Amino acid sequence: MRRAASVLALLAGAALLASCDRPKSELYGPNPQLPEPQRGLLPSMKIAEPASWGDRRPTAPSGYSVAAIATGLGIPRQTLILPNGDILVAEGRGGGAPALRPKDLIAGVIKAKGTTSVKSGNRLTLLRDANGDGVYELRTVFADKLNAPYGLALVGGQLYVANQDALVRFSYTVGQTQATAPPVKVTDLPSYINHHWTKSLAASPDGRFLYVGIGSNSNITERGMPAEADRAMIWEVDAATGAHRPYATGIRNPTALAIQPGTGQLWAVVNERDELGPNLVPDYLTFVRDGGFYGWPYSYWGQNVDQRVRPQDPQKVASAIRPDYSLGAHVAALGVAFSTPAMGPAFAEGVFVGEHGSWNRDPPSGYKVVFIPFRNGRPAGPPVDVLTGFRDPNGTTRGRPVGVTVDPRGALIVADDLSNTIWRVTPPRQAPVAEAPAPPTGGRGAGPQPDSASPY
Amino acid sequence: MAFAHASDPASRVHPVDAVLLTCGVPLFLGGLLSDIAYARTYQIQWSNFAAWLIAGAMVFTGLALAWTLLQMIRSSFRDRRRLIVFLLLLATFALGLVNSFIHARDAWGSMPSGLVLSIIITLLAAAATWLGLSSIRLGVRP
Repeated sequence: MRRAASVLALLAGAALLASCDRPKSELYGPNPQLPEPQRGLLPSMKIAEPASWGDRRPTAPSGYSVAAIATGLGIPRQTLILPNGDILVAEGRGGGAPALRPKDLIAGVIKAKGTTSVKSGNRLTLLRDANGDGVYELRTVFADKLNAPYGLALVGGQLYVANQDALVRFSYTVGQTQATAPPVKVTDLPSYINHHWTKSLAASPDGRFLYVGIGSNSNITERGMPAEADRAMIWEVDAATGAHRPYATGIRNPTALAIQPGTGQLWAVVNERDELGPNLVPDYLTFVRDGGFYGWPYSYWGQNVDQRVRPQDPQKVASAIRPDYSLGAHVAALGVAFSTPAMGPAFAEGVFVGEHGSWNRDPPSGYKVVFIPFRNGRPAGPPVDVLTGFRDPNGTTRGRPVGVTVDPRGALIVADDLSNTIWRVTPPRQAPVAEAPAPPTGGRGAGPQPDSASPY
Repeated sequence: MAFAHASDPASRVHPVDAVLLTCGVPLFLGGLLSDIAYARTYQIQWSNFAAWLIAGAMVFTGLALAWTLLQMIRSSFRDRRRLIVFLLLLATFALGLVNSFIHARDAWGSMPSGLVLSIIITLLAAAATWLGLSSIRLGVRP
Protein backbone atom coordinates (compact mmCIF):
# COMPACT_ATOMS: atom_id res chain seq x y z
CA MET A 1 0.00 0.00 0.00
CA ARG A 2 2.68 2.43 1.03
CA ARG A 3 4.75 1.41 -1.93
CA ALA A 4 1.89 2.04 -4.26
CA ALA A 5 1.41 5.47 -2.71
CA SER A 6 5.06 6.41 -3.10
CA VAL A 7 5.06 5.21 -6.70
CA LEU A 8 2.01 7.34 -7.30
CA ALA A 9 3.68 10.33 -5.69
CA LEU A 10 6.74 9.77 -7.81
CA LEU A 11 4.62 9.56 -10.95
CA ALA A 12 2.75 12.71 -9.98
CA GLY A 13 6.05 14.49 -9.40
CA ALA A 14 7.37 13.34 -12.73
CA ALA A 15 4.19 14.46 -14.45
CA LEU A 16 4.47 17.85 -12.77
CA LEU A 17 8.06 18.22 -13.87
CA ALA A 18 7.18 17.15 -17.38
CA SER A 19 4.34 19.62 -17.58
CA CYS A 20 6.57 22.43 -16.31
CA ASP A 21 9.18 21.55 -18.83
CA ARG A 22 6.92 21.37 -21.79
CA PRO A 23 5.65 24.73 -22.96
CA LYS A 24 8.86 26.21 -24.32
CA SER A 25 10.91 23.26 -25.41
CA GLU A 26 8.19 21.64 -27.45
CA LEU A 27 7.13 24.61 -29.56
CA TYR A 28 10.09 23.96 -31.85
CA GLY A 29 11.46 21.08 -33.80
CA PRO A 30 10.08 18.05 -35.55
CA ASN A 31 7.48 17.13 -32.90
CA PRO A 32 5.93 20.31 -31.52
CA GLN A 33 3.31 19.98 -28.85
CA LEU A 34 0.01 21.09 -30.37
CA PRO A 35 -2.49 22.48 -27.86
CA GLU A 36 -6.22 22.36 -28.44
CA PRO A 37 -7.45 25.17 -30.70
CA GLN A 38 -8.69 28.14 -28.72
CA ARG A 39 -10.36 31.35 -29.73
CA GLY A 40 -12.05 33.81 -27.44
CA LEU A 41 -14.26 36.66 -28.56
CA LEU A 42 -11.15 38.44 -29.78
CA PRO A 43 -8.07 36.67 -31.13
CA SER A 44 -4.85 36.98 -29.14
CA MET A 45 -3.36 40.27 -30.42
CA LYS A 46 -0.30 42.42 -30.00
CA ILE A 47 0.49 45.12 -32.50
CA ALA A 48 4.06 46.37 -32.89
CA GLU A 49 4.67 49.98 -31.82
CA PRO A 50 7.12 51.32 -34.39
CA ALA A 51 10.03 53.47 -33.27
CA SER A 52 13.23 54.53 -34.98
CA TRP A 53 16.57 52.83 -34.32
CA GLY A 54 18.41 56.04 -33.51
CA ASP A 55 21.95 54.99 -32.62
CA ARG A 56 20.88 51.47 -31.78
CA ARG A 57 21.40 48.34 -33.81
CA PRO A 58 20.10 44.80 -33.67
CA THR A 59 22.02 42.52 -31.33
CA ALA A 60 24.27 39.89 -32.89
CA PRO A 61 26.14 36.98 -31.26
CA SER A 62 29.28 38.02 -29.41
CA GLY A 63 32.11 38.89 -31.78
CA TYR A 64 29.78 39.39 -34.72
CA SER A 65 29.27 42.89 -36.04
CA VAL A 66 26.15 44.49 -37.45
CA ALA A 67 25.96 47.41 -39.85
CA ALA A 68 23.18 49.16 -41.72
CA ILE A 69 24.39 49.12 -45.31
CA ALA A 70 21.35 50.85 -46.77
CA THR A 71 18.56 52.92 -45.23
CA GLY A 72 15.57 54.85 -46.50
CA LEU A 73 14.47 52.11 -48.89
CA GLY A 74 10.94 51.65 -50.22
CA ILE A 75 10.01 48.62 -48.06
CA PRO A 76 12.81 46.08 -48.65
CA ARG A 77 11.65 42.46 -48.60
CA GLN A 78 14.10 40.03 -50.20
CA THR A 79 17.70 40.33 -51.30
CA LEU A 80 19.95 38.51 -53.75
CA ILE A 81 23.75 38.34 -53.74
CA LEU A 82 25.09 38.67 -57.29
CA PRO A 83 28.27 36.85 -58.40
CA ASN A 84 30.46 39.95 -57.92
CA GLY A 85 29.12 40.58 -54.41
CA ASP A 86 26.60 43.26 -55.39
CA ILE A 87 23.32 43.04 -53.51
CA LEU A 88 19.94 43.39 -55.18
CA VAL A 89 17.04 44.47 -52.97
CA ALA A 90 13.40 43.91 -53.94
CA GLU A 91 11.22 46.70 -52.53
CA GLY A 92 7.49 47.04 -52.47
CA ARG A 93 4.12 46.49 -50.90
CA GLY A 94 1.47 44.43 -52.64
CA GLY A 95 -1.93 43.07 -51.85
CA GLY A 96 -4.79 45.43 -51.13
CA ALA A 97 -7.44 42.75 -50.89
CA PRO A 98 -10.86 44.37 -50.42
CA ALA A 99 -12.51 44.35 -47.00
CA LEU A 100 -15.34 41.86 -47.07
CA ARG A 101 -16.65 42.09 -43.55
CA PRO A 102 -16.83 44.72 -40.79
CA LYS A 103 -13.92 42.83 -39.22
CA ASP A 104 -11.69 43.43 -42.25
CA LEU A 105 -12.17 47.20 -42.00
CA ILE A 106 -11.26 47.28 -38.32
CA ALA A 107 -8.43 44.74 -38.55
CA GLY A 108 -6.94 46.61 -41.52
CA VAL A 109 -6.64 49.82 -39.50
CA ILE A 110 -5.20 48.02 -36.45
CA LYS A 111 -2.64 45.93 -38.37
CA ALA A 112 -1.42 48.92 -40.40
CA LYS A 113 -0.20 50.53 -37.15
CA GLY A 114 2.47 47.84 -36.87
CA THR A 115 3.96 48.30 -40.33
CA THR A 116 5.79 50.99 -42.21
CA SER A 117 3.88 53.85 -43.79
CA VAL A 118 6.36 54.67 -46.55
CA LYS A 119 5.40 54.37 -50.20
CA SER A 120 5.93 51.07 -51.96
CA GLY A 121 9.23 51.19 -53.85
CA ASN A 122 8.17 48.77 -56.59
CA ARG A 123 11.78 48.56 -57.69
CA LEU A 124 15.09 46.73 -57.41
CA THR A 125 17.92 48.62 -55.78
CA LEU A 126 21.52 47.56 -56.32
CA LEU A 127 24.12 48.01 -53.57
CA ARG A 128 27.85 47.74 -54.23
CA ASP A 129 30.88 47.59 -51.98
CA ALA A 130 33.66 47.91 -54.55
CA ASN A 131 36.65 47.75 -52.20
CA GLY A 132 35.33 45.17 -49.76
CA ASP A 133 35.45 47.41 -46.69
CA GLY A 134 31.90 46.61 -45.72
CA VAL A 135 30.59 50.01 -46.81
CA TYR A 136 28.19 49.79 -49.74
CA GLU A 137 29.07 53.10 -51.31
CA LEU A 138 27.28 52.68 -54.62
CA ARG A 139 23.51 52.58 -54.72
CA THR A 140 21.57 52.51 -57.99
CA VAL A 141 18.03 51.70 -59.04
CA PHE A 142 18.51 48.54 -61.07
CA ALA A 143 14.91 48.50 -62.30
CA ASP A 144 11.75 50.32 -61.32
CA LYS A 145 8.04 50.42 -62.16
CA LEU A 146 7.73 46.82 -61.04
CA ASN A 147 4.63 45.49 -59.32
CA ALA A 148 5.55 44.63 -55.73
CA PRO A 149 8.63 42.54 -56.55
CA TYR A 150 9.56 39.94 -53.93
CA GLY A 151 11.30 36.71 -55.00
CA LEU A 152 14.65 37.00 -56.79
CA ALA A 153 16.80 34.40 -58.56
CA LEU A 154 19.75 34.51 -60.91
CA VAL A 155 20.27 31.76 -63.46
CA GLY A 156 23.27 32.33 -65.70
CA GLY A 157 22.63 35.57 -67.50
CA GLN A 158 18.97 35.79 -66.55
CA LEU A 159 17.71 37.61 -63.49
CA TYR A 160 14.24 36.40 -62.50
CA VAL A 161 11.93 38.60 -60.46
CA ALA A 162 8.63 37.42 -58.98
CA ASN A 163 6.26 40.38 -59.02
CA GLN A 164 2.97 40.02 -57.19
CA ASP A 165 1.22 39.26 -60.49
CA ALA A 166 3.86 37.88 -62.86
CA LEU A 167 7.24 36.22 -63.11
CA VAL A 168 9.53 38.41 -65.23
CA ARG A 169 13.18 38.30 -66.24
CA PHE A 170 15.95 40.73 -67.07
CA SER A 171 19.13 39.85 -68.89
CA TYR A 172 22.08 40.45 -66.60
CA THR A 173 25.81 40.59 -67.00
CA VAL A 174 28.11 40.69 -64.00
CA GLY A 175 28.96 44.25 -63.00
CA GLN A 176 25.82 45.76 -64.45
CA THR A 177 24.21 48.40 -62.22
CA GLN A 178 21.06 49.05 -64.22
CA ALA A 179 18.77 46.94 -66.35
CA THR A 180 19.30 47.69 -70.02
CA ALA A 181 15.81 46.77 -71.17
CA PRO A 182 12.32 46.43 -69.70
CA PRO A 183 11.55 43.04 -68.18
CA VAL A 184 10.25 40.16 -70.27
CA LYS A 185 7.28 38.29 -68.83
CA VAL A 186 7.89 34.58 -68.25
CA THR A 187 4.39 33.80 -66.99
CA ASP A 188 1.48 35.39 -65.19
CA LEU A 189 1.11 34.44 -61.55
CA PRO A 190 -2.17 34.09 -59.63
CA SER A 191 -3.05 37.59 -58.41
CA TYR A 192 -6.85 37.68 -58.05
CA ILE A 193 -7.55 39.29 -54.63
CA ASN A 194 -3.93 38.50 -53.59
CA HIS A 195 -4.60 38.28 -49.85
CA HIS A 196 -1.10 36.81 -49.42
CA TRP A 197 0.59 38.67 -52.23
CA THR A 198 4.27 37.77 -51.82
CA LYS A 199 5.62 35.51 -54.56
CA SER A 200 8.74 33.73 -53.34
CA LEU A 201 11.23 32.35 -55.82
CA ALA A 202 14.05 29.84 -56.19
CA ALA A 203 15.72 28.27 -59.22
CA SER A 204 16.55 24.57 -59.61
CA PRO A 205 20.31 23.89 -59.54
CA ASP A 206 20.37 23.20 -63.30
CA GLY A 207 18.44 26.40 -63.97
CA ARG A 208 15.72 24.65 -65.97
CA PHE A 209 12.97 25.29 -63.47
CA LEU A 210 11.85 28.11 -61.26
CA TYR A 211 9.89 27.45 -58.08
CA VAL A 212 7.33 30.09 -57.19
CA GLY A 213 5.67 30.13 -53.79
CA ILE A 214 2.06 31.35 -53.95
CA GLY A 215 0.24 32.07 -50.70
CA SER A 216 -3.39 31.31 -49.92
CA ASN A 217 -6.06 33.90 -50.64
CA SER A 218 -7.34 33.98 -47.06
CA ASN A 219 -6.51 32.99 -43.53
CA ILE A 220 -8.72 29.92 -43.63
CA THR A 221 -11.05 30.03 -46.69
CA GLU A 222 -13.07 32.99 -45.42
CA ARG A 223 -12.98 34.47 -48.92
CA GLY A 224 -14.61 31.34 -50.29
CA MET A 225 -13.19 28.21 -51.85
CA PRO A 226 -13.28 29.48 -55.48
CA ALA A 227 -10.80 32.22 -54.49
CA GLU A 228 -8.31 29.49 -53.57
CA ALA A 229 -7.85 28.13 -57.09
CA ASP A 230 -4.09 28.09 -57.81
CA ARG A 231 -3.33 29.32 -54.29
CA ALA A 232 -1.42 27.85 -51.34
CA MET A 233 0.96 26.04 -53.63
CA ILE A 234 4.43 26.05 -55.10
CA TRP A 235 4.57 26.15 -58.87
CA GLU A 236 7.34 24.63 -60.89
CA VAL A 237 7.77 26.93 -63.88
CA ASP A 238 9.71 25.87 -66.96
CA ALA A 239 12.17 28.74 -67.46
CA ALA A 240 12.24 28.27 -71.22
CA THR A 241 8.51 28.14 -71.92
CA GLY A 242 6.80 29.63 -68.86
CA ALA A 243 4.66 26.48 -68.55
CA HIS A 244 3.92 25.49 -64.96
CA ARG A 245 2.67 22.62 -62.85
CA PRO A 246 1.82 22.51 -59.15
CA TYR A 247 4.93 21.15 -57.42
CA ALA A 248 3.48 21.10 -53.90
CA THR A 249 -0.01 22.02 -52.66
CA GLY A 250 -1.84 22.77 -49.42
CA ILE A 251 1.19 24.83 -48.37
CA ARG A 252 -0.56 27.88 -46.88
CA ASN A 253 1.95 30.68 -47.39
CA PRO A 254 5.40 29.62 -48.60
CA THR A 255 7.06 32.98 -48.02
CA ALA A 256 10.63 32.00 -48.85
CA LEU A 257 12.26 29.19 -50.79
CA ALA A 258 15.84 27.98 -50.87
CA ILE A 259 17.80 25.23 -52.60
CA GLN A 260 19.92 23.14 -50.24
CA PRO A 261 23.57 23.15 -51.29
CA GLY A 262 24.80 19.67 -52.09
CA THR A 263 21.46 17.90 -52.32
CA GLY A 264 19.82 20.44 -54.63
CA GLN A 265 16.57 19.92 -52.70
CA LEU A 266 13.91 22.60 -52.40
CA TRP A 267 13.19 23.88 -48.88
CA ALA A 268 10.61 26.41 -47.77
CA VAL A 269 9.52 28.38 -44.75
CA VAL A 270 5.75 28.49 -44.49
CA ASN A 271 3.38 30.69 -42.50
CA GLU A 272 0.49 28.78 -41.05
CA ARG A 273 -3.06 29.81 -40.17
CA ASP A 274 -4.10 32.32 -37.52
CA GLU A 275 -6.79 32.57 -34.87
CA LEU A 276 -6.45 29.12 -33.31
CA GLY A 277 -4.60 30.35 -30.23
CA PRO A 278 -1.14 31.63 -29.30
CA ASN A 279 0.56 28.26 -29.80
CA LEU A 280 -1.26 27.16 -32.92
CA VAL A 281 -0.45 26.68 -35.71
CA PRO A 282 3.36 26.37 -35.89
CA ASP A 283 4.99 28.10 -38.82
CA TYR A 284 7.42 25.66 -40.30
CA LEU A 285 10.59 24.90 -42.20
CA THR A 286 10.35 21.92 -44.50
CA PHE A 287 11.90 20.04 -47.33
CA VAL A 288 9.30 20.33 -50.10
CA ARG A 289 8.27 17.01 -51.58
CA ASP A 290 7.37 16.90 -55.26
CA GLY A 291 3.62 16.34 -55.40
CA GLY A 292 3.26 16.71 -51.64
CA PHE A 293 0.09 18.04 -50.01
CA TYR A 294 0.71 19.94 -46.78
CA GLY A 295 -2.80 20.13 -45.37
CA TRP A 296 -4.12 23.62 -45.98
CA PRO A 297 -6.96 24.37 -45.58
CA TYR A 298 -8.36 21.07 -44.33
CA SER A 299 -5.77 20.20 -41.71
CA TYR A 300 -2.57 21.43 -40.07
CA TRP A 301 0.66 19.75 -39.00
CA GLY A 302 -0.39 16.54 -40.69
CA GLN A 303 -3.82 15.25 -39.81
CA ASN A 304 -5.09 17.86 -37.31
CA VAL A 305 -8.43 18.83 -38.83
CA ASP A 306 -9.30 22.53 -38.95
CA GLN A 307 -12.99 22.70 -38.03
CA ARG A 308 -13.39 26.10 -39.66
CA VAL A 309 -13.32 24.63 -43.15
CA ARG A 310 -16.55 23.47 -44.77
CA PRO A 311 -17.06 21.25 -46.66
CA GLN A 312 -14.45 19.03 -45.05
CA ASP A 313 -12.30 16.60 -47.01
CA PRO A 314 -11.18 13.53 -45.03
CA GLN A 315 -9.34 12.08 -48.01
CA LYS A 316 -7.18 15.16 -48.40
CA VAL A 317 -6.57 15.21 -44.65
CA ALA A 318 -5.37 11.59 -44.80
CA SER A 319 -2.83 12.52 -47.46
CA ALA A 320 -1.45 15.57 -45.65
CA ILE A 321 2.29 15.58 -44.96
CA ARG A 322 3.72 16.58 -41.57
CA PRO A 323 6.30 19.32 -42.10
CA ASP A 324 9.90 18.74 -40.96
CA TYR A 325 10.50 21.40 -38.36
CA SER A 326 8.31 23.74 -36.30
CA LEU A 327 9.61 27.28 -35.99
CA GLY A 328 6.93 28.14 -33.41
CA ALA A 329 3.48 29.61 -33.89
CA HIS A 330 3.07 33.15 -35.28
CA VAL A 331 6.78 33.83 -35.73
CA ALA A 332 5.90 34.74 -39.34
CA ALA A 333 9.00 33.38 -41.03
CA LEU A 334 9.56 35.43 -44.19
CA GLY A 335 13.14 34.57 -45.08
CA VAL A 336 15.30 31.47 -45.34
CA ALA A 337 18.89 30.96 -46.46
CA PHE A 338 21.36 28.10 -46.15
CA SER A 339 24.55 29.00 -44.32
CA THR A 340 28.16 28.40 -45.27
CA PRO A 341 31.20 27.67 -43.07
CA ALA A 342 32.28 31.25 -43.76
CA MET A 343 29.61 32.36 -41.27
CA GLY A 344 31.66 30.93 -38.40
CA PRO A 345 31.82 27.52 -36.73
CA ALA A 346 28.58 27.96 -34.77
CA PHE A 347 26.65 28.61 -37.95
CA ALA A 348 28.51 26.37 -40.37
CA GLU A 349 25.66 24.03 -41.28
CA GLY A 350 22.03 25.04 -41.16
CA VAL A 351 19.62 27.74 -42.23
CA PHE A 352 19.01 31.30 -41.18
CA VAL A 353 15.36 32.23 -40.84
CA GLY A 354 14.02 35.79 -40.78
CA GLU A 355 11.04 36.03 -38.43
CA HIS A 356 8.86 39.08 -39.02
CA GLY A 357 6.56 38.53 -36.04
CA SER A 358 2.78 38.45 -36.13
CA TRP A 359 -0.12 40.48 -34.75
CA ASN A 360 -1.80 37.25 -33.63
CA ARG A 361 0.16 36.47 -30.44
CA ASP A 362 0.52 38.14 -27.06
CA PRO A 363 3.32 37.99 -26.05
CA PRO A 364 4.58 38.14 -29.61
CA SER A 365 7.03 35.64 -31.04
CA GLY A 366 9.49 36.16 -33.87
CA TYR A 367 10.82 39.69 -34.41
CA LYS A 368 14.32 38.21 -34.83
CA VAL A 369 16.58 36.17 -37.06
CA VAL A 370 17.29 32.63 -35.90
CA PHE A 371 19.58 29.84 -37.01
CA ILE A 372 18.37 26.26 -37.28
CA PRO A 373 21.39 23.95 -37.05
CA PHE A 374 21.48 21.05 -39.51
CA ARG A 375 23.31 17.74 -39.32
CA ASN A 376 23.48 15.29 -42.20
CA GLY A 377 21.37 17.64 -44.25
CA ARG A 378 18.42 17.73 -41.80
CA PRO A 379 17.42 20.10 -38.98
CA ALA A 380 19.06 19.01 -35.73
CA GLY A 381 18.53 21.08 -32.61
CA PRO A 382 16.57 24.03 -31.31
CA PRO A 383 16.67 27.46 -32.98
CA VAL A 384 19.54 29.73 -32.00
CA ASP A 385 19.05 33.50 -31.85
CA VAL A 386 21.23 35.29 -34.40
CA LEU A 387 19.86 38.80 -34.61
CA THR A 388 17.61 40.17 -31.88
CA GLY A 389 16.72 43.54 -30.38
CA PHE A 390 14.11 44.36 -33.01
CA ARG A 391 11.47 44.59 -30.34
CA ASP A 392 11.66 45.67 -26.70
CA PRO A 393 9.68 43.74 -24.09
CA ASN A 394 7.49 46.85 -23.67
CA GLY A 395 6.37 46.64 -27.29
CA THR A 396 8.58 49.31 -28.87
CA THR A 397 9.54 47.86 -32.24
CA ARG A 398 12.39 49.23 -34.31
CA GLY A 399 12.51 46.70 -37.07
CA ARG A 400 10.95 43.59 -38.51
CA PRO A 401 13.17 41.11 -40.36
CA VAL A 402 12.05 39.73 -43.71
CA GLY A 403 14.43 38.21 -46.25
CA VAL A 404 17.77 36.73 -45.21
CA THR A 405 20.59 35.96 -47.63
CA VAL A 406 24.05 34.53 -47.07
CA ASP A 407 26.95 36.19 -48.83
CA PRO A 408 29.33 33.29 -49.57
CA ARG A 409 32.24 35.46 -48.45
CA GLY A 410 30.85 35.43 -44.95
CA ALA A 411 28.02 37.84 -44.26
CA LEU A 412 24.35 37.59 -43.50
CA ILE A 413 22.16 40.14 -45.26
CA VAL A 414 18.84 40.92 -43.53
CA ALA A 415 16.08 43.06 -45.00
CA ASP A 416 14.07 45.03 -42.43
CA ASP A 417 10.72 46.23 -43.78
CA LEU A 418 9.76 48.37 -40.78
CA SER A 419 12.83 50.62 -40.60
CA ASN A 420 13.43 50.17 -44.36
CA THR A 421 17.01 49.12 -43.73
CA ILE A 422 19.38 46.42 -44.97
CA TRP A 423 21.45 44.95 -42.13
CA ARG A 424 24.73 43.12 -42.69
CA VAL A 425 25.98 40.72 -40.03
CA THR A 426 29.58 39.59 -40.27
CA PRO A 427 31.49 36.99 -38.26
CA PRO A 428 34.61 37.96 -36.34
CA ARG A 429 37.54 38.42 -38.72
CA GLN A 430 39.76 35.32 -38.85
CA ALA A 431 37.36 33.72 -36.34
CA PRO A 432 39.80 32.52 -33.66
CA VAL A 433 39.00 29.08 -32.30
CA ALA A 434 39.17 30.24 -28.67
CA GLU A 435 36.51 32.85 -29.34
CA ALA A 436 34.11 30.71 -31.24
CA PRO A 437 30.84 32.63 -30.94
CA ALA A 438 28.58 31.06 -28.39
CA PRO A 439 24.94 31.00 -29.33
CA PRO A 440 23.32 33.56 -27.01
CA THR A 441 20.22 31.62 -25.99
CA GLY A 442 21.02 28.15 -27.23
CA GLY A 443 20.86 26.08 -24.06
CA ARG A 444 17.20 25.31 -23.81
CA GLY A 445 17.57 21.92 -22.20
CA ALA A 446 16.88 18.82 -24.18
CA GLY A 447 16.10 20.02 -27.63
CA PRO A 448 15.02 17.72 -30.41
CA GLN A 449 17.51 14.91 -30.84
CA PRO A 450 19.40 14.84 -34.10
CA ASP A 451 18.12 11.39 -34.96
CA SER A 452 14.47 12.20 -34.40
CA ALA A 453 14.94 15.35 -36.44
CA SER A 454 15.43 13.30 -39.57
CA PRO A 455 12.08 11.91 -40.53
CA TYR A 456 13.31 10.51 -43.83
CA MET B 1 -42.28 68.20 -25.24
CA ALA B 2 -45.36 68.03 -27.33
CA PHE B 3 -45.57 64.23 -27.52
CA ALA B 4 -45.28 63.80 -23.78
CA HIS B 5 -48.44 65.78 -23.07
CA ALA B 6 -50.57 64.93 -26.10
CA SER B 7 -54.15 64.07 -25.29
CA ASP B 8 -54.51 61.50 -28.10
CA PRO B 9 -52.70 58.41 -26.85
CA ALA B 10 -51.92 57.11 -30.37
CA SER B 11 -49.92 60.21 -31.21
CA ARG B 12 -47.65 59.56 -28.26
CA VAL B 13 -45.59 57.09 -30.34
CA HIS B 14 -42.72 59.35 -31.14
CA PRO B 15 -41.41 58.89 -34.72
CA VAL B 16 -37.90 58.39 -33.32
CA ASP B 17 -39.21 55.54 -31.17
CA ALA B 18 -40.84 54.04 -34.22
CA VAL B 19 -37.79 54.26 -36.46
CA LEU B 20 -35.17 53.17 -33.94
CA LEU B 21 -37.20 50.33 -32.48
CA THR B 22 -38.34 48.90 -35.79
CA CYS B 23 -35.13 49.08 -37.82
CA GLY B 24 -33.21 46.56 -35.73
CA VAL B 25 -35.68 43.74 -36.16
CA PRO B 26 -35.54 43.19 -39.95
CA LEU B 27 -31.76 43.56 -39.90
CA PHE B 28 -31.32 40.98 -37.14
CA LEU B 29 -33.84 38.78 -38.94
CA GLY B 30 -31.85 39.16 -42.18
CA GLY B 31 -28.71 38.16 -40.28
CA LEU B 32 -30.47 35.09 -38.93
CA LEU B 33 -31.73 34.06 -42.38
CA SER B 34 -28.23 34.56 -43.81
CA ASP B 35 -26.77 32.41 -41.04
CA ILE B 36 -29.27 29.69 -41.89
CA ALA B 37 -28.38 29.97 -45.57
CA TYR B 38 -24.65 29.69 -44.76
CA ALA B 39 -25.23 26.68 -42.53
CA ARG B 40 -27.15 24.98 -45.32
CA THR B 41 -24.90 25.84 -48.28
CA TYR B 42 -21.40 26.62 -46.89
CA GLN B 43 -21.42 29.60 -49.29
CA ILE B 44 -19.23 32.14 -47.53
CA GLN B 45 -21.08 35.15 -48.96
CA TRP B 46 -24.06 34.39 -46.69
CA SER B 47 -21.72 34.65 -43.73
CA ASN B 48 -20.51 38.04 -44.99
CA PHE B 49 -24.13 39.20 -45.38
CA ALA B 50 -24.91 38.07 -41.85
CA ALA B 51 -21.94 39.99 -40.44
CA TRP B 52 -22.99 43.23 -42.15
CA LEU B 53 -26.70 42.87 -41.34
CA ILE B 54 -25.88 42.31 -37.67
CA ALA B 55 -23.52 45.30 -37.72
CA GLY B 56 -26.32 47.45 -39.19
CA ALA B 57 -28.77 46.18 -36.60
CA MET B 58 -26.30 47.01 -33.87
CA VAL B 59 -26.20 50.64 -34.99
CA PHE B 60 -29.97 50.99 -34.63
CA THR B 61 -30.06 48.97 -31.41
CA GLY B 62 -27.37 51.21 -29.95
CA LEU B 63 -29.27 54.35 -30.94
CA ALA B 64 -32.55 52.92 -29.62
CA LEU B 65 -30.82 52.09 -26.36
CA ALA B 66 -29.48 55.64 -26.00
CA TRP B 67 -32.83 57.18 -26.95
CA THR B 68 -34.74 55.00 -24.51
CA LEU B 69 -32.32 55.85 -21.74
CA LEU B 70 -32.78 59.54 -22.49
CA GLN B 71 -36.56 59.18 -22.35
CA MET B 72 -36.31 57.32 -19.07
CA ILE B 73 -34.23 60.07 -17.55
CA ARG B 74 -36.73 62.65 -18.77
CA SER B 75 -39.65 60.80 -17.23
CA SER B 76 -37.64 60.37 -14.02
CA PHE B 77 -37.79 56.54 -14.35
CA ARG B 78 -41.54 56.47 -13.59
CA ASP B 79 -42.44 54.48 -16.70
CA ARG B 80 -41.85 50.86 -15.74
CA ARG B 81 -42.71 49.58 -19.20
CA ARG B 82 -40.03 51.71 -20.70
CA LEU B 83 -37.62 50.23 -18.22
CA ILE B 84 -38.46 46.75 -19.49
CA VAL B 85 -37.97 47.93 -23.07
CA PHE B 86 -34.64 49.36 -22.02
CA LEU B 87 -33.54 46.11 -20.41
CA LEU B 88 -34.63 44.12 -23.48
CA LEU B 89 -32.65 46.47 -25.71
CA LEU B 90 -29.67 46.21 -23.39
CA ALA B 91 -29.75 42.42 -23.60
CA THR B 92 -30.13 42.62 -27.39
CA PHE B 93 -27.16 44.97 -27.61
CA ALA B 94 -24.93 42.92 -25.31
CA LEU B 95 -25.64 39.64 -27.06
CA GLY B 96 -25.46 41.41 -30.43
CA LEU B 97 -21.96 42.58 -29.58
CA VAL B 98 -20.94 39.04 -28.70
CA ASN B 99 -22.55 37.85 -31.93
CA SER B 100 -20.64 40.47 -33.94
CA PHE B 101 -17.36 39.17 -32.53
CA ILE B 102 -18.39 35.60 -33.23
CA HIS B 103 -19.25 36.57 -36.79
CA ALA B 104 -15.75 38.04 -37.09
CA ARG B 105 -14.33 34.53 -36.78
CA ASP B 106 -13.15 33.15 -40.07
CA ALA B 107 -15.29 30.79 -42.14
CA TRP B 108 -17.12 28.07 -40.18
CA GLY B 109 -15.52 29.33 -36.96
CA SER B 110 -18.68 31.43 -36.47
CA MET B 111 -20.83 28.30 -36.33
CA PRO B 112 -22.94 27.04 -34.66
CA SER B 113 -22.80 29.64 -31.86
CA GLY B 114 -23.42 32.49 -34.31
CA LEU B 115 -26.64 30.92 -35.53
CA VAL B 116 -27.92 30.20 -32.01
CA LEU B 117 -27.20 33.77 -30.90
CA SER B 118 -28.86 35.17 -34.02
CA ILE B 119 -32.08 33.33 -33.11
CA ILE B 120 -32.04 34.60 -29.51
CA ILE B 121 -31.23 38.17 -30.53
CA THR B 122 -33.89 38.33 -33.20
CA LEU B 123 -36.49 37.24 -30.62
CA LEU B 124 -35.20 39.76 -28.06
CA ALA B 125 -35.23 42.58 -30.58
CA ALA B 126 -38.76 41.67 -31.66
CA ALA B 127 -39.91 41.63 -28.03
CA ALA B 128 -38.34 45.04 -27.36
CA THR B 129 -40.03 46.49 -30.43
CA TRP B 130 -43.40 44.92 -29.58
CA LEU B 131 -43.36 46.23 -26.07
CA GLY B 132 -41.86 49.57 -27.00
CA LEU B 133 -44.48 50.41 -29.60
CA SER B 134 -47.50 48.95 -27.85
CA SER B 135 -46.95 49.97 -24.25
CA ILE B 136 -47.57 53.64 -24.73
CA ARG B 137 -51.14 53.06 -25.84
CA LEU B 138 -51.88 50.37 -23.31
CA GLY B 139 -55.09 50.86 -21.38
CA VAL B 140 -56.35 53.72 -23.58
CA ARG B 141 -57.90 51.64 -26.36
CA PRO B 142 -60.75 53.82 -27.69
